[in-house]
Amino acid sequence: MSETGRHEDVPEETLPSERETAHAGAVQVADDPFADPGLPAHEHRVQDIDEKAARRSERTVAFLFLLSMLATVGFIAAYVIFPIDKIVYIWPFGHVSALNFSLGLTLGVALFCIGAGAVHWARTLMSDEEVADDRHPIEAAPEVKAKVLEDFAQGAKESGFARRKLIRNTMFGALALVPLSSVVLLRDLGPLPEKKLRGSGWKKGIRLVNQSTNLPLRPEDIAVGSLTFAKPEGLEESDEEFNQRIAKDALMLVRIQPQNIKDKQELAWSHEGIVAYSKICTHVGCPISLYEQQTHHVLCPCHQSTFDLADGGRVIFGPAGHALPQLHITVKDGYLEAVSDFAEPVGPSFWERG
Amino acid sequence: MSNETSATTTRRGKAPAGERVADWADGRLGIYSLAKANMRKIFPDHWSFMLGEICLYSFIIIILTGVYLTLFFHPSMAEVVYHGSYVPMHGVRMTQAFESTLNISFDVRGGLLIRQIHHWAALVFLAGMMVHMMRVFFTGAFRKPREVNWLFGFLLFVLGMFTGFTGYSLPDDLLSGTGVRFIEGVILAIPLVGSYLQMFIFGGEFPGHDIIPRFFTVHVLLLPGIMLGLLVAHLILVFYHKHTQFPGAGKTNNNVVGMPLLPVYMAKAGGFFFLVFGFIAVIAAVATINPVWAIGPYRPDQVSTGAQPDWYMGFAEGLVRVMPGWEWDIWGHTINFGVLIPIVIFPLVLVAIAVYPFIESWITGDKREHHLLDRPRNAPTRTGFGVAWLTAYFVMLIGGGNDLWATHFHLSINVISWFVRIAFFVGPVLAFIVTKRICLGLQRRDKDKVLHGRESGIIKRLPHGEFVEIHEPLNQEQLHTLTQHHQPEPMEIGPTVDENGVERKVPRSQKLRAKLSQGYYGEDNVIPKPTAEEYKEITSGHGHH
Repeated sequence: MSETGRHEDVPEETLPSERETAHAGAVQVADDPFADPGLPAHEHRVQDIDEKAARRSERTVAFLFLLSMLATVGFIAAYVIFPIDKIVYIWPFGHVSALNFSLGLTLGVALFCIGAGAVHWARTLMSDEEVADDRHPIEAAPEVKAKVLEDFAQGAKESGFARRKLIRNTMFGALALVPLSSVVLLRDLGPLPEKKLRGSGWKKGIRLVNQSTNLPLRPEDIAVGSLTFAKPEGLEESDEEFNQRIAKDALMLVRIQPQNIKDKQELAWSHEGIVAYSKICTHVGCPISLYEQQTHHVLCPCHQSTFDLADGGRVIFGPAGHALPQLHITVKDGYLEAVSDFAEPVGPSFWERG
Repeated sequence: MSNETSATTTRRGKAPAGERVADWADGRLGIYSLAKANMRKIFPDHWSFMLGEICLYSFIIIILTGVYLTLFFHPSMAEVVYHGSYVPMHGVRMTQAFESTLNISFDVRGGLLIRQIHHWAALVFLAGMMVHMMRVFFTGAFRKPREVNWLFGFLLFVLGMFTGFTGYSLPDDLLSGTGVRFIEGVILAIPLVGSYLQMFIFGGEFPGHDIIPRFFTVHVLLLPGIMLGLLVAHLILVFYHKHTQFPGAGKTNNNVVGMPLLPVYMAKAGGFFFLVFGFIAVIAAVATINPVWAIGPYRPDQVSTGAQPDWYMGFAEGLVRVMPGWEWDIWGHTINFGVLIPIVIFPLVLVAIAVYPFIESWITGDKREHHLLDRPRNAPTRTGFGVAWLTAYFVMLIGGGNDLWATHFHLSINVISWFVRIAFFVGPVLAFIVTKRICLGLQRRDKDKVLHGRESGIIKRLPHGEFVEIHEPLNQEQLHTLTQHHQPEPMEIGPTVDENGVERKVPRSQKLRAKLSQGYYGEDNVIPKPTAEEYKEITSGHGHH
């Protein structure tokens, strides 16, 4: 066997399945104590022998169907009666919408009772005698298989598929190329990335505006221990592209005692201990929103990446791969403003980020 | 014969209306042949066979309620200022998608109920598929001839997850928007083409104005369309293969024992649809799900704490949360392993369970058809693998909710993350070993029961003072059930040197296969079931033990 390089290189008869069948006969001892006793005799239910019980079951089923009808009527009534904004207190669910509660319950009961009725009917009144059906192997009989192979060979031969290589190869070529048109059509799903992921809306001289008051920020607005969210001046919620821009421009500001700032560049880019960092997590882009004043750590609530704002926004825990980008800020005419754009792309990293 | 039949028909006069309709249909669709094969088709009964039905019915419920929701939902990211009937949101800027979700909840009577039924049914659908899949796995129902149907089911599970994800993203609320942002980050992490894919999928920079309408098409048309096709194929194969059955008296590999489709199964299965629908309707009445009005519309610079995806995405979420933040810069290019590795492991873990049937049949060399289910204890290695897989899955669910575990049980988030990182590797190994032990222990117990009978709980004092417990012998049916399973012998490579002293080359794959086969059927992995001789020896000589 081995010299012909048979696929298995192991004699078929050593495979469990083959040996199983080989042994099958031997195992069957004439007086096998474990022999299959066959299907157990059918046991009658009370409904099979007692007509009274059967009638009781019938009434139960009918009652369930009737209950379903009533529930549907109740559903329609609830739809008409309850105004959509009516709130009621129902123990133990608390304050709930009367309409939602009543519609759901009546619909639920209407449906459930149909199901309960049908199942009870099947279990108590329909025959519960188990019967056996034969199975037939899924595999086709050898003669069927032979016929199919013969038909296929005939068809293949008549097509000349194997003989006329030119037709075959050009057909493969055409079929391989034609899906390209659908790929091409997908091109206009969106623009090319170009440098879009690199820059943000921050530029030299753009003031920092408080997100909650919509007023330009002054250094004295930012107290030690507070966390302030800022956006670039000129970016308004009503802008068409607001979401797109705020997804990159959102800032968070904290004030740290300058002597506590460990990173030199961070100190240089800060103003009197006020540091401005991108609010967008470098992991997958959630806005970071949890600030621990004592340690100057910020935590992203989505995947718990933790950054140290006193140490260049370094990652100290969690799945984020690089530090938070810092915005270089200064003060002009008493207001905080950007010195330049972020030095690196904000948000999650990407192949061209570098 | 046929003449006679037609003669009786004519004698009876005109056939009843139902029969005439059926005749009409038969002449065009051939329904009589179809009905002959299927109307009294036998289905075996077991509670665990209802799990698949739950999936089917919740899918139907999702389709019905989903169609209703499309009548009111506007899949648009055009911005509006809200002036509807939910007062707390007055004046808030939001997309039309979010606004129409509020309208469905507060202005369309019954809209909230249908929304909640839709979402609850989706959770039940995914949970049902998971449990159904486990039932099929642990009983070995995936074996020949059902491997393809196992794959169909697996695809339904995976597509179900993505249909669910695109669905709960549609309202464009703060929570779901955060999920979409997560997907953006994941797409960006794909080397080489990530930023291109991101631009093409979102139609520009995140979030853009295209993602909700695109998700809508994927959610209501593309994915459900494919799933419907797979579902029909899945059911056709269930009919074609005939259902598996648990071993027992009168049940063999060549028969199927149960009750006929008409009427019992028609009533039970049809009734069960209404039970599932009714149950979900009641849940939707009393338990709020995804209250988007309390969460607010999405803004990329806002987030809520405790953000969680729906449960079936928790596994992927866990992988992403506990992965260390490895990121490499090579020659000006960034590879974000912190995101990349989780999104590679995620499909790999899923595929591991999907291809298992093929791996098992290769190892065991088993080419027979199997219609009798295995009791999980009788396949310790498979059962161990399944429990190990589930362990990895649930460890990652813990990882996906690490913030909730931390806040609810006052634990350190760092400790939880480290626990999950270690448990993801150690847990499945331990689970495998423990499960296999338990299986073998249960096999021993079965053997004891067969040979020595059932412990009756009756203590008897013998004349000389000794106390013994009386064991009742099992009846024939139980004896058969506990001993009917096959215990194949492991594959052996056989002598590598033949009688002429010529060495036979055994490929490495075959050596591996023989080794793995030992792991399935080897001495340490199976308790030999009692033989007839053992039984006779014990039962003939001296009564009770």
